[in-house]
Amino acid sequence: MSVTVELPGALQAHASGSALVVIERRCASVAEALDALAEQWPGVLDRVMTEQGDLRPHVNVFVDEQNSRFIGGLDAPVPDGSTILILPAVSGG
Amino acid sequence: MARKGVGSAGDVVVLVGTQKGAFIVSSDGERKKWRIDGPHFPGESVYALALDDRGGRHRIFAGTRSFHWGSVLRESDDFGKTWTSPERQNVKFPADSGLSLVQIWQVTPGRASEPEKLYCGVEPAALFESDDAGETWAPVAGLLNHEHRAKWMPGGGGLCLHTIVLDPKNRDRMLVAISTGGVYRTDDGGRNWQPRNSGVRAEFQPNKHPEFGQCVHKVVHNPANPGRLFLQNHWGLYRSDDWGDSWTDIANGVPSDFGFAMQMHPHDRDTVYIVPLESDVFRCVPEAKMRVYRTRNAGAAWEPLTKGLPQKDAWETVLRDGLTADSMKPAGIYFGTRSGKLFGSVDDGESWKEIADGLPSIACVKAAVVGGGEAR
Repeated sequence: MSVTVELPGALQAHASGSALVVIERRCASVAEALDALAEQWPGVLDRVMTEQGDLRPHVNVFVDEQNSRFIGGLDAPVPDGSTILILPAVSGG
Repeated sequence: MARKGVGSAGDVVVLVGTQKGAFIVSSDGERKKWRIDGPHFPGESVYALALDDRGGRHRIFAGTRSFHWGSVLRESDDFGKTWTSPERQNVKFPADSGLSLVQIWQVTPGRASEPEKLYCGVEPAALFESDDAGETWAPVAGLLNHEHRAKWMPGGGGLCLHTIVLDPKNRDRMLVAISTGGVYRTDDGGRNWQPRNSGVRAEFQPNKHPEFGQCVHKVVHNPANPGRLFLQNHWGLYRSDDWGDSWTDIANGVPSDFGFAMQMHPHDRDTVYIVPLESDVFRCVPEAKMRVYRTRNAGAAWEPLTKGLPQKDAWETVLRDGLTADSMKPAGIYFGTRSGKLFGSVDDGESWKEIADGLPSIACVKAAVVGGGEAR
């Protein structure tokens, strides 16, 4: 059982340069997967989540190409073998 | 843009924070030729910059905000050649506060007698302190848990604590300003905070003189005369001679008492600089004339300073931290505009020159003399 997390370039420096992080365990939800990611790379999670545990407003997390915001948010299910993709939203100034 | 030996003792450094990064502008003590180095952190907004010259350090602090990935406080000990990139968010609210950091608005080195102490003001409005020269930060609980917090309201820039004024001799006393909350002062080292807004008006409230809730834009003082404070309000220009216990209107002869920026002269305790803006709707300099106003008698009268500044079609805005001074004699006065222009005067404001144009929109400008104390 595993989940693969794909990181954008801006966050790879906080994961020792890795673009892919494989989590070798069952993660039932996006929240569980992000918690598992934080165990390995806490600096990544600081940039994805606020200190209140909310997804930052201009960051999107996709589960197998579906935006988690539309399939349950942090409670969105993560099937075994999924790829979770973290991307900056199409926004900026 | 060359970087040649920035950081020698006596160099003048002007730190410029913009919506898209920071620039380090520097000169030797003559202040005739300026080097512009940057952008640092391209794409990130920088609302807080400071040079901490205490304790044998020459450390620049930069509060940077990524639109996507949040805000951190970075440091450079080599005048911007290298910067720290904190692994963890180093200024953060406790989980039980219910608050999340939006942006760092101010970094203020502590008193000369406590060289490891620093403060920073943030959005949402809170004060953080460090006792280890910026390695770790913690919120000041007395203000974080203040009973007024629920009634503070964000202004156009957000609910920010943007001004920190220290009593240089009394470690228990300091003053902060919040938009929109007003001025608060502690006399017991941060445990308790009292609103100090008597006489300061709130045009946007039914009660124009509430105990708190004013939109104070900036407060300054001269450390040699710390109890005398000057305040630029969201409509209103004030002076206090009793550490903020009471405020007196000093908008004598200015084209508008609306504005953001205010800067104390580094040596003359009665001289203050402001940049009036037309209104809280238009927020550009009146009549499209770029004028800095100066009082040399603590607000009894103000005079426009225009030599070298554009006096036609100057649709300019200077934000609350966009006006600064170095500690030279005569003083260097500098300001940056939202249109990305940086102006400087090396004769107390008598005449001005454009140092840079075409920078991203400028949010803050801080100047310092290397080896001469903190950036103002």
